[in-house]
Amino acid sequence: MGTGLNPSYFIGLSAALFAIGMYGALSKRNIISVLISIELMLCAVNINLVAFNKFLTPDAFLGQIFAIFIITVAAAEVGLGLALIIAISRRRETNNLDDLNWLRW
Amino acid sequence: MVEFALNHAWLVPLLPALAFVIIVFLTQRWKRLSSLVSITAMLGSFVIASIIAYGVFTNHEFIEKSLVYSLKWFGMEGFNINVGVMLDPTSSMMLFMVSLVASLIQIYSTGYMKGDPQYSLFFAYLSLFGASMLGLIISSNLLQLFVMWELVGLCSYLLIGFYTFKVSAREAAKKAFMTTRIGDFGMLLGILFLQIKFGTLDLVELAAAIPMFEQFGVSLGLLTLIALLFFMGPVAKSGQFPLHVWLPDAMEGPTPVSALIHAATMVVAGVYLIGRTLFLYVQVPGAMEVVAAIGAFTALFAAAIAITQREIKRILAYSTVSQLGYMMLALGVGSLSASMFHLWTHAFFKALMFLAAGSVLHALHNKADVWDMGGLIKKMPITGWTFVVGGLAIAGIPPFAGFWSKDEILVVTMEYAKHGHALGYVLFGMAAFTAFLTAFYMWRMIFLTFFGKEKAENHPHESPWSMTAPLIVLAVMASIGGLIGTPWANIWGEWINFGEVHHAEPALGLMLLSVILALAGIGLAYTLYCKDGEKKTARKLAENYQSLYQLSYNKFYIDEVYAWFTQKIVDGTARVTYYFDIYFVDGIVNGIAAVTRGSGKGLRYLQTGSMQTYALVFFLAILVITVVLAFGSPSLASIMGGVK
Repeated sequence: MGTGLNPSYFIGLSAALFAIGMYGALSKRNIISVLISIELMLCAVNINLVAFNKFLTPDAFLGQIFAIFIITVAAAEVGLGLALIIAISRRRETNNLDDLNWLRW
Repeated sequence: MVEFALNHAWLVPLLPALAFVIIVFLTQRWKRLSSLVSITAMLGSFVIASIIAYGVFTNHEFIEKSLVYSLKWFGMEGFNINVGVMLDPTSSMMLFMVSLVASLIQIYSTGYMKGDPQYSLFFAYLSLFGASMLGLIISSNLLQLFVMWELVGLCSYLLIGFYTFKVSAREAAKKAFMTTRIGDFGMLLGILFLQIKFGTLDLVELAAAIPMFEQFGVSLGLLTLIALLFFMGPVAKSGQFPLHVWLPDAMEGPTPVSALIHAATMVVAGVYLIGRTLFLYVQVPGAMEVVAAIGAFTALFAAAIAITQREIKRILAYSTVSQLGYMMLALGVGSLSASMFHLWTHAFFKALMFLAAGSVLHALHNKADVWDMGGLIKKMPITGWTFVVGGLAIAGIPPFAGFWSKDEILVVTMEYAKHGHALGYVLFGMAAFTAFLTAFYMWRMIFLTFFGKEKAENHPHESPWSMTAPLIVLAVMASIGGLIGTPWANIWGEWINFGEVHHAEPALGLMLLSVILALAGIGLAYTLYCKDGEKKTARKLAENYQSLYQLSYNKFYIDEVYAWFTQKIVDGTARVTYYFDIYFVDGIVNGIAAVTRGSGKGLRYLQTGSMQTYALVFFLAILVITVVLAFGSPSLASIMGGVK
């Protein structure tokens, strides 16, 4: 597989994706946006896993299997998250995170 | 049957205790039934006690060896406490005497307490009182005895304060309870010392162990301390100086209660306890001298107060204190026999006089001042003449009971003096002078109450038979009860004694002396209070020696001293400790709470409620950890489970 691709491309892509996701998750005020950002971070992790699998243990599929698990969990998490968001917007008529601070002191 | 009674002696206290439970829980609503239950139980106890007494006093083995049987109460490794029964001539005599007097007092109470709204409860308390005293008598173990001792104290509290609507009664009950508490504290310390040093509280084992006290690593000084601590209990319970103050106030209770407290239960418990533990006291002559000195002083002191008191029951109360002093004196000079003999005769004549006084109060609607009475013997012949019998007995006129026992005490005190105790002569002098005073104040009261001119405003009437019948029985006992202990045929001394049986020659000189003293006292009382209708000489004497009269009439101001002491010293200390408590102790506790609350208040602002802040903190934390793991010092990295 002498394609000339080396791991740093994958790590760079994954790090960039993760950073964008992190920024979104921490700075967006819209709940949906935050949820999407979290998905972005999970994707970054998946890329990392698959890439490392390719370069470190090409004969085993450990990274791929892990990635599939993460996709499954992410799907479940999104389902749960959307359900919560719908419930919250119905009760509070808002999807702004700054208004959802009733768990503070 | 005798065998059965001896082996089931615990029934004696159990029956009245059951009566107490039955009355309180079942029959309280039916007054006649309640008193019937109570009296039946007490009479049952009396029957069993009589059989026990018969069994013990027909078998000479009991003199040497007492009958003991016990059950394990509780225990642990190397420490066992039993409850049990200990029967010997002393306890059998006490069982008989207490159950007899208590039965008579209960019968008397049916008349005296008639119409009282708490009639049933009164009998319940009387039963419990009797039960605790009987339980105390048969105790074979000092801890068991202490429990009963406290029960006696509790019952006295309940009964002295029986008229709860009277402030004075409530105060007197509190006073009795708290004064005896001082003594109980010392006594408990003494018991603890005995348990620690000798490893047992069983009376038989202690009697065997204490003579060899040095083998247990106990010095004579420590043993003296134990004996004196132990003596504090009897000082308070038996009204010895300086803790006698509660006893005269205890007359605030109904009269049958006074009779019970003064004659059969409560106060004699202290004397009995010293008698029971005499094996301890004979080892420590120092403690014995203290017992004797306090006894003699109390006898004289109380008699000196009694000569000027005006209330009929108060005079009797001080005479009890005085007579208890005699008993302590006898114990202090080492004679269990004389002490128990006086206890026995005293129980009868003192119960008699209290009940008769109750009869008088009943007839005069609680008018208590003897100066307002007079000539009652014509209207109340049975009460009057039985009272006279009691007066003859306590004054010491032969052949009435008190003469023999008082004479015995004088004899043993004299012998104590002759055996090289210089103190003995002083004690003898005090005892003899007290005998004179006793005759004087007792007959002063009798002359003022029953003889002389009748007062027009009084309309006395003889009391019902339920009250006079016990008086007659007690009068019989007060007349002949002493004949079992005459120096010519001293059956008493043969059975009830400590150490060697002691055969004294009848001391005719001393007998003559005590009779002369008694007659002189009675004669003086007659001249002052009976012959002279206007009592001019008596009044003049009181005026001429005003300060002495006031000193005696105000009971040597002991109560005032105590009141001053509690108000100034105790309350002052209490105030200091109160402020120490609220500012210092509470300050520490509240300070800790305030620090906790304050830091919580500050730290809670970290909880912003914003998920994104939390996520940022997580992220930064992970970043820091990663950096540390990757580039940090090796030691830190290894703590973190580093990758290197």
